[in-house]
Amino acid sequence: MQAFTTLTGLVAPLDRVNVDTDQIIPKQFLKTIKRTGLREGLFFDWRRKKDGSPDPNFFLNQARYQGATILLTRDNFGSGSSREHAPWALLDQGFRCVIAPSFADIFYNNCFQNGILPVVLQADEVLSIMKDVTGTEGYRLTVDLGDQRVTTPDGAAYRFEVDPFRKDCLYRGLDSIGLTLQHEAAITAYERRRKQDAPWLFTDVR
Amino acid sequence: MAGSTLLDKIWESHVVRSEPDGTTLLYIDRQLVHEVTSPQAFEGLKLAGRRPRRTAATLAVPDHNVPTTDRKLPIADPISAKQIQTLEDNCRDFGITLYGMNDVRQGVVHVIGPEQGFTLPGTTIVCGDSHTSTHGAFGALAFGIGTSEVEHVLATQCLIQKRPKTMEIRVDGVLSDRCSAKDIILAIIGKIGTAGGTGYVIEYTGSAIRALSMEGRMTLCNMSIEGGARAGMVAPDEKTIAYIKGRPLSPKGDLFEQAVNAWHKLKTDAEARYDVTVTLRAEDIAPQVSWGTNPGMVVGVDQTVPDPKTISDQNTKHATERALEYMGLTPNMPITGIMIDKVFIGSCTNSRIEDLRLAASLAKGKRVAKTVHAMVVPGSGLVKQQAEAEGLDRVFREAGFEWREAGCSMCLAMNADVLQPGERCASTSNRNFEGRQGAGGRTHLVSPAMAVAAAIEGHFVDIRNWP
Ligand code: SF4
Repeated sequence: MQAFTTLTGLVAPLDRVNVDTDQIIPKQFLKTIKRTGLREGLFFDWRRKKDGSPDPNFFLNQARYQGATILLTRDNFGSGSSREHAPWALLDQGFRCVIAPSFADIFYNNCFQNGILPVVLQADEVLSIMKDVTGTEGYRLTVDLGDQRVTTPDGAAYRFEVDPFRKDCLYRGLDSIGLTLQHEAAITAYERRRKQDAPWLFTDVR
Repeated sequence: MAGSTLLDKIWESHVVRSEPDGTTLLYIDRQLVHEVTSPQAFEGLKLAGRRPRRTAATLAVPDHNVPTTDRKLPIADPISAKQIQTLEDNCRDFGITLYGMNDVRQGVVHVIGPEQGFTLPGTTIVCGDSHTSTHGAFGALAFGIGTSEVEHVLATQCLIQKRPKTMEIRVDGVLSDRCSAKDIILAIIGKIGTAGGTGYVIEYTGSAIRALSMEGRMTLCNMSIEGGARAGMVAPDEKTIAYIKGRPLSPKGDLFEQAVNAWHKLKTDAEARYDVTVTLRAEDIAPQVSWGTNPGMVVGVDQTVPDPKTISDQNTKHATERALEYMGLTPNMPITGIMIDKVFIGSCTNSRIEDLRLAASLAKGKRVAKTVHAMVVPGSGLVKQQAEAEGLDRVFREAGFEWREAGCSMCLAMNADVLQPGERCASTSNRNFEGRQGAGGRTHLVSPAMAVAAAIEGHFVDIRNWP
């Protein structure tokens, strides 16, 4: 996994609440057996008009947001399906950070597994940045995971909270399976204990 | 002593180790696997040269992509076929049990777990699928995970977690005639909203919950995720134990007795505290119909479509306007005035035998409206077999419903069962997101009884006073 330390990047605004993962990437793109190449499916139904042509009003189709690496959006982003294709598609499009007032749990987890930093800011902070983003072409933010701080071009800084363990893994780009495997002895000891207490859980499922 | 909640008890018995900040290595007893969210996990294992730690704790089934028409024909969509083939190859290479497409035990992953006795009280169960919350009906801690975590569980049989907060949702009283678990859970989501449960595990309590059958409890827990909660649970009782007894994968003989003794202890102690409690009265719950584009946008069938003009909160107002536009509905129109084109009875929410029995009893001797296309998709091959043994398929066919093979089908329309743009569907599934059942399609979430009545009348009706 790619480490995340600090990122200064162009911000793209998605001014909608409750964006679910069915919208982030619709089902027809879930048939792949790969993690890559999902950019084409990102916000697929919102990107085009009814006749199939690109919708010039949608931010991803606008020249000014090309190359954006930070997505700024509203409450409860990533609700619904657990599909990790959602963060894969965001990553494939170039997003490394999503800022919102709140996230759905599974999506929030999935971001950390893929080197994307989900940042929770206050709703009024998000709204105020949203206004600046739409009002200023080329608007960029700096997101510093070490300091847990988002800094605006005029120097205003917003602090955010992040779980220390997750922060550490993302900051160093650690492989979480590798970390868990270091506790192999503890897992084996647990299984031995558990087999005594709850032997019915250790029968085969075939 | 403060006492423990059901969640506390299950959590504590699964801690492998924990850090002072609460970061916990949690043991996972069981994992279910399907074709859509597993290929990248198996690929990850292969690339890292890792093997699954306990193949005997894992069960795999294809469900999302499978056709629900004639299974003897090859799958028309080559990409779907490839995904299913990939699951078969991976299960063979890694030694994981698979109920293949032509196995009678095949079905929607959250239907077959309980049906086979794979789902047991007091266990931790995961699957790369958000509706894993279904299995909480047995008093298990069951939640959906992403593909990276599927790989993590395969490799280590553990997950790195922090203990969630607890929310009690208490429903006392007696439901109105023909109202069901589906109406309870839709009413709950209408009340707490789609993010109301974020960060919580829900425990459903109260006399109306106790009165539900096991299948009703599965319907209830299934949609916990639509309220934002990763897991929902109901403490096990005699109904739970009776349901599990004798299932193919459930414990037998002495082991069963031993397990039952342990399961009896799985309840929240009287002195224990939840972080939050929400209460509802069963009597207040009318048959529910969703009108918008998330499951929280729902009202009783005796109400009207909301009017954005009367909403003061700007966010809710805009979201309502947008949803009404997508759904093609006018403010203040009665819900019973909404005409429908399609009816889908199926999905891991409502496709079990009791759902089908109830639906058939209401469809018997009636005819689906000429303007409506209706289909019934059983949750598993075994549900289908049982329904056919009881003659339910005949009742449905005679009433003009299509009778299909088991799978996810039009719940998310990854196979050939899809809504056309603008088509309006009464669906017993769990998600009414934009395009969920087909790009431009419009979904109204309802119970099986409401779906049947809508199929026959061509529009929604209040089943409490329907013939
Ligand atoms: S029936 Fe629908 S909700 Fe359930 S597992 Fe299948 S696609 Fe998901």
